[in-house]
Amino acid sequence: MKLIIAYIQPHKLNDVKQSLYKAEVYRMSVTNSLGCGQQKGYHESYRGVPLEVNLLKKIRLEIAVNEGFVEKTVQAIIAGARTGQIGDGKIFVVDLPECIRIRTGERGGDAIG
Amino acid sequence: MKRVKLPLAWMVCAVLIAMPVLCMAEDAAPTLESVKAELQNNINIVWTCVAAFLVFFMQAGFALVETGFTRAKNAVNILMKNMMDFSIGSLAFFIVGFGLMFGTSNGLFGTSMFGLAGTEPGVSWNWTFLIFQTVFAATAATIVSGAMAERTKFVSYLVYSAIISLVIYPIFGSWAWGNLLLTDNNSWLAKLGFHDFAGSTVVHSIGGWLALAGAITLGPRIGKYGADGKPRAILGHSMPLATLGVFILWFGWFGFNPGSTTAGNGMAGYIAVTTNLAGAAGALTALITSWKIIKKPDIGMTLNGALAGLVAITAPCDGVTPVSAIIIGGVAGVLVVLSVLFFDYVVKIDDPVGAISVHAVNGCWGTLSYGLFAINGGLFNGGGLKQLGIQALGAGTAFVWAFGLGIILFWILRKTIGLRTSAEEELKGLDIGEHGNEAYAGFQVFTNE
Repeated sequence: MKLIIAYIQPHKLNDVKQSLYKAEVYRMSVTNSLGCGQQKGYHESYRGVPLEVNLLKKIRLEIAVNEGFVEKTVQAIIAGARTGQIGDGKIFVVDLPECIRIRTGERGGDAIG
Repeated sequence: MKRVKLPLAWMVCAVLIAMPVLCMAEDAAPTLESVKAELQNNINIVWTCVAAFLVFFMQAGFALVETGFTRAKNAVNILMKNMMDFSIGSLAFFIVGFGLMFGTSNGLFGTSMFGLAGTEPGVSWNWTFLIFQTVFAATAATIVSGAMAERTKFVSYLVYSAIISLVIYPIFGSWAWGNLLLTDNNSWLAKLGFHDFAGSTVVHSIGGWLALAGAITLGPRIGKYGADGKPRAILGHSMPLATLGVFILWFGWFGFNPGSTTAGNGMAGYIAVTTNLAGAAGALTALITSWKIIKKPDIGMTLNGALAGLVAITAPCDGVTPVSAIIIGGVAGVLVVLSVLFFDYVVKIDDPVGAISVHAVNGCWGTLSYGLFAINGGLFNGGGLKQLGIQALGAGTAFVWAFGLGIILFWILRKTIGLRTSAEEELKGLDIGEHGNEAYAGFQVFTNE
């Protein structure tokens, strides 16, 4: 089992959801987050005084999948989130030792599916 | 303390009241009639000024309704549009618009009294009339910003805003209302007997049809229509702001309609009653209609319903019975819900706040309703079709004039300075892109549609 964590542009969330649905991945957690990578921030001003905003608004996606779904999911996220410009985001894939469905007590691959 | 103060206050009052009379006694014998006339004139001025200030406050209502019905990332932009259409509109209407609308008419538009030239600074009625008409002109201008929200270039909006107050609003106004100040002016719609007491057509339809032209030329917001062509909901970010805005507009309407008497007498009270009944009926029927169609009592539709009732009663408010006012407002409430759904689902014109349905559609309905319900000359009161025909002519003329000029104006803007912001700016929000400001710094506002 793997946990796929992706940081994407907020306005690409809908596209990513669509392409995940197409790849038959229907489960995900979405969190709003702030972060910075290669993408520079932007400038704001308040009553004439400049202000640099460095931490940008991002969306964090978490999807736990069985091995067979890893590549499909990754490709779907890329398909939805990629514009080719700096700021498109990153995907991390980490091992997931255990998963338990609270309602039934199922464990492992059965609990994810 | 009280005992000492009270008689003193009364004495001061008595002297103050007596003074003008005593002073006048020295002039050539004032008659009771002349004193009454002067008092009535001053009461008219005070009432019209108070009404003008109430109508001014409607700008705050529009700002809040439009901000509440749109997303947080565009709040600064829409507030700025409301701020500037009043400011630019006031200047433009003073310098040019007022003269075109109320000056000596050449049959098509007025040609004198620009900036009230020739009127002595001071007590003349003209100044009161000018401020009253200025806030009306600004109301027509501000209607458009809601329908064009969340995607319009700020600078193009400023240009548009000046042009409506400079020419589009005043020239149509001169046809319907041009003889209000100079009573022998040749205002062709008014002479035909077109009845638009406080501006269902002159203010609301004109603003509404321009809004339609703007929304068509701009196209829908990114994400409003899915790949299958079905409309998607883009949620407004603050229903409390929107609701406060509607209450403020309703409050302002007590100046808009009753103030259009420009006379301090019992008609103001009567019109306040018909106005209030229509707004209330509109809210109720919109609630019922939305409950029936959408299965839930929808707040956005109910708020639009109250406004629709108020827009509709604006033309006939002085000449219909209270029961007719309830019917007119009630029909408006149903109409606005159907119209919002029609624009969303059928013709696919993206109007984020429902401005076209509230102001254009119900401005038309209100204007026609006078032909049906008028106590004198209405179809349902045995007056035949004549008044209804004249009302239809006025409403139709407003459509051709405002929508036609609107399409041309917005098309020229699109070809020259550009009407729409870049897709990236629209997605990130106009507040950062256009203004470099945030509406809610310190709050976590996320834009994840």
